Amino acid sequence: MLGRTVAALRHLFSSLHLILAQMYFTGVKSIWLVMVTSVFTGGVSAWQAGYQFKSYVPMRYLGGAVGKAVLIELAPVLTALVMAGRVGAGIAAELGTMKVTEQIDAMESMAVDPIRYLVMPRFVAGIIMLTVLTILADFIAILGAMGVAVGFMEMPSETFMNGFRQLFLMRDFLAGLIKAAGFGAIIAFMGCYFGFAAEGGAEGVGRSTTHAVVSAAVLILVADYVLATLLFQICSRSRNYIRGSGR
Amino acid sequence: MFTIEKLHKGFGPLTVLDGLDLEVKTGQSVVIIGQSGCGKSVLLKHCAVLMRPDSGKIIVDGQSLFELPRRDLMAYRQRVGVLFQFGALFDSMTVAENVGFSLKESLRVKPARIKEVVEEKLALVGLSEIGDKMPAEISGGMKKRVALARAIAAEPDILLYDEPTTGLDPITAMVINELIVDVNKKLGVTSIAVTHDLASAFKIADRIVMLYQGKIVYDGSPDETRVTTDPIVHQFINGLSAGPIAVR
Repeated sequence: MLGRTVAALRHLFSSLHLILAQMYFTGVKSIWLVMVTSVFTGGVSAWQAGYQFKSYVPMRYLGGAVGKAVLIELAPVLTALVMAGRVGAGIAAELGTMKVTEQIDAMESMAVDPIRYLVMPRFVAGIIMLTVLTILADFIAILGAMGVAVGFMEMPSETFMNGFRQLFLMRDFLAGLIKAAGFGAIIAFMGCYFGFAAEGGAEGVGRSTTHAVVSAAVLILVADYVLATLLFQICSRSRNYIRGSGR
Repeated sequence: MFTIEKLHKGFGPLTVLDGLDLEVKTGQSVVIIGQSGCGKSVLLKHCAVLMRPDSGKIIVDGQSLFELPRRDLMAYRQRVGVLFQFGALFDSMTVAENVGFSLKESLRVKPARIKEVVEEKLALVGLSEIGDKMPAEISGGMKKRVALARAIAAEPDILLYDEPTTGLDPITAMVINELIVDVNKKLGVTSIAVTHDLASAFKIADRIVMLYQGKIVYDGSPDETRVTTDPIVHQFINGLSAGPIAVR
């Protein structure tokens, strides 16, 4: 199915209306969920970091430490896990119902490729919108962390933001977005794959939905490890290369 | 000409089609009767190439369906209309969008022409007023009629009907039967229907064939079928519990 989905990308421009509809479902309708998740993620990371810094690390580094954790790890992974529950389950349930009620057969019988019409737009929308939602999550989580630092730790907002700016690296932000794009592909693909595999009525659709969410969640964590390892290696090699040429 | 040759299909240890042979002439309306679960819908899905056999062939106008390259398969599907057992209407689209779906997404017809065709086909099935409704807002009989309008929207020359009257009251069932006869005549299509509704079979068929234990075991006109002495068909059409057909 993955090969056929990639092959269907040649219909990208003629399927723009379908992709936009899926972007609306995947992205716009998830904004509130992502905002609520992110504000608490940021808040709790500020508390955790503050607790661990006590007596060991100056508190002026709080913004930088929380910022790094949010951009590299927390925002992409937690947004993806929440979206696996909302979007992955939604895709699997919708396509699973279409499968068991013969709607996908009907589509195929009318010479319309279900991979082109149903899977590819969800796949593309998943990649784009997870990336966009992760940018939003980064922003909201850092605001949440700053809110906790200012409101409960008596830290001036300038100190928090100075710490954040001091340790901010564009490549951390981009690495988080690359991961988010990968997670978006995983969520959409697992939803479609298990939706198409549904059999046997409501029970089968329920089973497919569960499989889609669980497998997406596991794959997100595995992919997080793999992508993080790859991206850190690429970053370290390019840094060494730049240092070497400097000499 | 639609020729099915030695079609075999099994699911695990269960053999559903066991070397089935059948020929349907162009313009003919053939109804396949048989018990529930005997493989009628499986056979129909093979005719629409929605399933592939373990072995055997279906040849339509000289083309072997299961060997067609993808582009030719799509061209074949554009010639075929399928009425699914429960309608299989897309529940996220309106009735009008359902009827115009293949025109828009497969044949790339212009929107103005799609609108005309949708209105024409909905009028043909007596449902001109419901184009804006969602499938969840209409009755089971209406869904079947909308599904029929969708199946004929692209003016196919082969129509496949899967249990067209199942689950409908006798009056609505007769309305659907009359529509099918009307559509078959008007479009001059070759049609294959599978059903266990005998009133429907006698109404729409030029030929009735019976599927039993994975094979076609009877072939005759509706008049011949009514008076046949074939023990399997006799038991089936008279609804007898005693006879060669084992009750499952």
